[in-house]
Amino acid sequence: MMELLHTLQLAGQDLLGPAWLPTWTAIKILAIVLPIMGGVAYLTLAERKILGFMQIRPGPNRVGYWGLLQPVADGIKLLMKEVIIPTGSNKFLFIAAPVLALVPALAAWAVVPFDDGMILANVNAGLLYLLAMTSLGVYGIIIAGWASNTKYAFLGALRSAAQIVSYELAMGFALVCVLLAAQSMNLGDIVRGQHNGYGLLGWYWIPLFPMFVVYFIAGVAETNRAPFDLAEGESEIVAGFHVEYSGMGFAIFFLAEYANMILIAALASVMFLGGWLPPLDIAPFNQIPGLFWMLGKMSFMLFLFLWFRATFPRYRYDQLMRLGWKVFIPLTLVWVVVVAAWMQTPYWLW
Amino acid sequence: MNKLTNFFKSFLLLELLKGMALTGRYFFARHITVEYPDEKTPQSFRFRGLHAQRRYPNGEERCIGCKLCEAVCPALAIKIEVAERADGSRRTTQYDIDLTKCIFCGFCEESCPVDAIVETRVYEYHGEKRGDLYYTKEMLLAVGDKHEAQIAKDRAADAKYR
Repeated sequence: MMELLHTLQLAGQDLLGPAWLPTWTAIKILAIVLPIMGGVAYLTLAERKILGFMQIRPGPNRVGYWGLLQPVADGIKLLMKEVIIPTGSNKFLFIAAPVLALVPALAAWAVVPFDDGMILANVNAGLLYLLAMTSLGVYGIIIAGWASNTKYAFLGALRSAAQIVSYELAMGFALVCVLLAAQSMNLGDIVRGQHNGYGLLGWYWIPLFPMFVVYFIAGVAETNRAPFDLAEGESEIVAGFHVEYSGMGFAIFFLAEYANMILIAALASVMFLGGWLPPLDIAPFNQIPGLFWMLGKMSFMLFLFLWFRATFPRYRYDQLMRLGWKVFIPLTLVWVVVVAAWMQTPYWLW
Repeated sequence: MNKLTNFFKSFLLLELLKGMALTGRYFFARHITVEYPDEKTPQSFRFRGLHAQRRYPNGEERCIGCKLCEAVCPALAIKIEVAERADGSRRTTQYDIDLTKCIFCGFCEESCPVDAIVETRVYEYHGEKRGDLYYTKEMLLAVGDKHEAQIAKDRAADAKYR
């Protein structure tokens, strides 16, 4: 595999010269973005199937065998639909908002390592880049809510802004713990820091377990998923920020939400579940390619997302704020100190 | 002390885990959906579906135009006109049921002294334009002719309760 890539690189360099580097980067970007798009499509099917199974019904099963072509049918339906732009809206922002929501969700993938060395941009401040990108996603939502010029959309945008800002803090502090433990902000090095011979037990989810939980719950809140989907709140504010969107505009918001879900799952796997590392560092496990383990861990985290949605009712708004400010932030602050102190003692085994 | 246990209970997410265990169990439960066009639920012999007018075995229509059904109908869905036929018997010249008004209460069926108007088990019918669901006497008789075997069987099954 590596030799093949190497010969491909050399052949490309001979053929295109200086134009090869951008071409090669574009190929790598496509190799990340296209599977994400496919993943998003099938995540919608997985969501409907899993919700269905948990509600003792079969879920979509009419389009294709076991409903496997349902995402294709949904995609075609959304493409064919008319895009309606409300007369009272700000047209430029109304169209720009879905793009602003989707771009950060995809751009953040640049620093996610899928396997040892399988990373688009091996940035040393990867963690900071990720925090920046995941926060930028909220602009798409705020602008969508404002540009629609509707009260429901505006309320949804306000809620979403407040929610994402509150949970960003807890998320940031949880990541500070990881950063302390790994002593690096490079995501590849964070995974390598978890490779210490204990296998499963060497990953950061053991010493940082409360942070793992906080990070994941904050991640659910960041992506506006149930039980924190107050920005949509279909029973109170219809559909929140995307109430005026139809056709492709709606589809892009959908894509961004699910791409963000996959991203949070990937980050949780990288930072707490050892990324591409096998759960046991012995013969049958460590011969399986790391990409497989990475995808397996991501699938598990995504399953949790859907499991939460099937189980929990939506938070009330004041409960949401209370959880973010009065529970998560003190907890993470305490744990930062605990980890920092713990690392100075000889009992730090990670 | 109680406050303390509550604090730890909520802090350790015990209740949330319990909820997830419940939905997790149901994930593996057998689904109970009836996949309608392929599977159908069992029907009672008292099922109240599309209306029909019945005939006697010799081909004579049962309805004698007493208008009891028209009188009892709470939705005013039935319209009847009566005249004397050439042989001197009392027969309807018009017997219409507007199925868009009908609430399928079954009162017409219950009030009928000769079991002429009945409700069948048929529920898969539709109209494609306005007026398609306005059933005239001929249409009702045609429905009755088509399903007479099933109708007679259902009346026989229900006979001992009437």
